Amino acid sequence: MSLFQLWAFIVKEALDKSFLVAKFFCAVHVTDTYLCSTALVHGPSMLPTFNLTNEIVLLERISTQNGKAGPGDVVVLRSPENPRKFVTKRIIGTEGDNITYIVDPKNSDRTETIIVPKGHVWVQGDNIYNSYDSRNFGPVPYGLLQGKVFWRIWPAGVFGSIGRRPETVDPALKVVEQSNPS
Amino acid sequence: MRSTSFLWNVCKSSFTFGLIGLTVSDRVASVVRVRGLSMSPTFNPPNNTSLGLFTDDHVLVEKRCLTDYKFSHGDVVVFCSPRNYKEKQIKRITGMPGDWISVPFSYDAVRIPEGHCWVEGDNPTDSLDSRSFGPIPLGLIRGRVTHVLWPPQRVGKIDKKLPRSGLSF
Repeated sequence: MSLFQLWAFIVKEALDKSFLVAKFFCAVHVTDTYLCSTALVHGPSMLPTFNLTNEIVLLERISTQNGKAGPGDVVVLRSPENPRKFVTKRIIGTEGDNITYIVDPKNSDRTETIIVPKGHVWVQGDNIYNSYDSRNFGPVPYGLLQGKVFWRIWPAGVFGSIGRRPETVDPALKVVEQSNPS
Repeated sequence: MRSTSFLWNVCKSSFTFGLIGLTVSDRVASVVRVRGLSMSPTFNPPNNTSLGLFTDDHVLVEKRCLTDYKFSHGDVVVFCSPRNYKEKQIKRITGMPGDWISVPFSYDAVRIPEGHCWVEGDNPTDSLDSRSFGPIPLGLIRGRVTHVLWPPQRVGKIDKKLPRSGLSF
């Protein structure tokens, strides 16, 4: 084999392999953006659903892209105060709902009522005593939602699906009312 | 046998091509058709004919800016409307976090909160923008417009500064 033929063979092999890698990367990107992705959850705001330590969850993108994420769903969204940060909260109400929420449960029982504007959702952490959520940054436009959390994959001990309601509800907490005038 | 393997090859190639095209359009740049007159004269300047598809501007939207969300005054951006997440709008950023914007027809001033921006169309008389729905979170932005690609006589880079029209509030 001449030097030129050897060189051509090596270049062709390299191109084929790179094309394969590129195809794989594109498949990963499309799956991650349009089907299912993972997220790291940490912090006290979603106790008792998620622990303080790091947890890895699966989120599906199809519900949020089709407008099917509704009250009771745990979602990952881009923080309205920092577009590079993701937060995990539960949707309490969607557009048109009347939300009555306790403004500062650690210090007082004062509540406020708000109607969620069109195209927005109201999100709160399950642990309202230690959660920075819509009570602080207001209703969130639906376009910021990234995906709905449906399965926990780490830590292995609590592997399983994430339900639509917080896992324990403290009866001493005031009930969040919602009514959808239609 | 030969025709099914040919069909299978065509399917595989179009699937691969589709995946690669989708990834490039999400991560690098895509082409978008501009509808409406809210960004006249930058896009869709007024003219006498109304041929619709043939006269609407088509622009290049780059997506590399979405890795760190560093935008500045004068950027023309594509974003999901805060009133309806399925609608995408194209407007220019005229205020960044910390800026004070004076509310039209009033003595009030609004401070743009952290992580938000104020968007306005270049044609204030025909534009539904932050003057109606307030500052929008930067997370709603889906890309930055850099060039006009169609019609051929106006192909070129977009200016960053708003052309002075003498209108103020």
